[in-house]
Amino acid sequence: MEQTGTILTEAIIQKIEAEAGKYPTRRAAVKSALRYAQAEFGWISEGVVKAVAEVLGLERIEVFEVATFYDMFYTRPVGKFPVRVCTNVSCLLRGADGIMEALCQRLGVEEGETTADGRFTVFAAECLGACGGAPMMAVGDDYHEDLKADELDNVLAGYQ
Amino acid sequence: MSSPSEIRVCLPPHDAVTPWTLAFYRERGGYDAWEKVLKNQTPREEIIETLKTSGLRGRGGAGFPTGLKLSFMPRDAQGQKYIVCNSDESEPGTFKDRDILRFNPHQVIEGMALAGYAIGATIGFNYIRGEYYEPWQRFEAALIEARQAGLLGENLMGSEIAFELHSQRGAGAYICGEETALLESLEGKKGQPRFKPPFPAQVGAFGKPTTINNTETLASIPPIIRNGAEWFSSIGVENSGGTKIYSVSGHVNRPGNYEVPMGMPFRDLLEMAGGVQDGRALKAVIPGGSSVPVVPADAIMECTMDYDGLSQVGSALGAGSVIVMDETTCMVEVLERISYFYFAESCGQCTPCREGTGWLYRMIRRIRNGEGTHADLDRLKSVADRIEGRTICALGDAAAWPVQSFLKHFRHEFEAMIPREEAA
Repeated sequence: MEQTGTILTEAIIQKIEAEAGKYPTRRAAVKSALRYAQAEFGWISEGVVKAVAEVLGLERIEVFEVATFYDMFYTRPVGKFPVRVCTNVSCLLRGADGIMEALCQRLGVEEGETTADGRFTVFAAECLGACGGAPMMAVGDDYHEDLKADELDNVLAGYQ
Repeated sequence: MSSPSEIRVCLPPHDAVTPWTLAFYRERGGYDAWEKVLKNQTPREEIIETLKTSGLRGRGGAGFPTGLKLSFMPRDAQGQKYIVCNSDESEPGTFKDRDILRFNPHQVIEGMALAGYAIGATIGFNYIRGEYYEPWQRFEAALIEARQAGLLGENLMGSEIAFELHSQRGAGAYICGEETALLESLEGKKGQPRFKPPFPAQVGAFGKPTTINNTETLASIPPIIRNGAEWFSSIGVENSGGTKIYSVSGHVNRPGNYEVPMGMPFRDLLEMAGGVQDGRALKAVIPGGSSVPVVPADAIMECTMDYDGLSQVGSALGAGSVIVMDETTCMVEVLERISYFYFAESCGQCTPCREGTGWLYRMIRRIRNGEGTHADLDRLKSVADRIEGRTICALGDAAAWPVQSFLKHFRHEFEAMIPREEAA
């Protein structure tokens, strides 16, 4: 059943309006709008797509195609903290495979899966632009560099 | 002989504690150039001429002369124009703009203000890759400082000149580093490259004339205007003016960013980065980010790090992203990973790239799994050759060059993985 009214909070709508004010078109604020909504709801559901489209005056497909094009938008539920382990060349050369293996073992998941407590989803990521600190991973917005397999517990403990 | 040392133009000094603050930047002459331009209403042509003479070339990969690029803007045309900074740093091996934004955000702001003034743009956008949260925060904080200090906004220093600047975060897509894909993304669309012409200088952001420059390029501008074109060009070598930040990664003892004069011998750069890890022998180097052709050890050790030097060994400076591989590296594994990247990041718009990158990746994976044939080696080259030059943007070329160069220099490693019965 279609929802009536928006699911976006007043605070989010205000942030979207502030962003839209920077550009000659409201459409230019779509990535920011999706980002704010994802921070609130955890992922981009059809309801979020509809609500963002309404706020910005766009067709739903114009929002949906953006939500599915970019890696940082999740169109299915994910853990509270997405963990993106860089597996590209510079990290590969410095042991990214071992980090990925240790991380999955530690969390009891396979790549792409979410932990039972809903805290983490593990992703293999393309280059995150921190090759000087390889191997590295991003947990939520934070970068963790020069990773060692036996120090992963310390890193993860910071995310509850 | 003294050991090689850094000359930091775009990066702040090593010993600075909070180099990202306005106070720190101003102490070192920051915004002097912008204030002088505002006060004197310097003719726009003068700024462009200075940049032309300085020898500054685009640091994002293509190496196009910056002054010339700015001169393409229709200066006398009425209406809104834009200056856009490309901080969507995503080429594997590249991590210089991250440090410029984290540690020297005001220099990017001043560079954008000066470039914007030179082309008659009153609004700028800095497109920062979505994963760069900390760099984006630093840039945003710097914008607030600059506005409060009256360095951005309207009627700057009592003049008629206005310049406003915003950042926009990306959301994870390599292709958005391509300038026209970036413009599409900036406008809130999928990042799919546009046909050229029209070029951005005619039809750019939101349909208006736009110049797009890389972060390091824009950060180079304030010191050039402050210290003069000759100062900058004399740091580098003929045809490659100034300093360049090399992002050194892979099998070295001290990976990191090193800002040095253009034209430094590769062996000196390697020494700065602490040499090859664990004292092993060098095998090969990808000198400009994962898309540029790989260079074997003996050739790179005799090479200088500048546009011409790397061109002479069949490769390119790219974004100065130096990926070092030691003798233990499996070149088939590395190429498989690189090919997967371009396959995953192809935007899907052009058939040769969308289909061809998948073919390349699957064939290399098959070879690495011991299921390849000799015909696959020729087919790899054939597919790469048929992608190159047949797509709207350079991602197709970026996928082809590694395959062509790895096969050229390390074909024996691929052949060694092909089952013996096939070899007969």
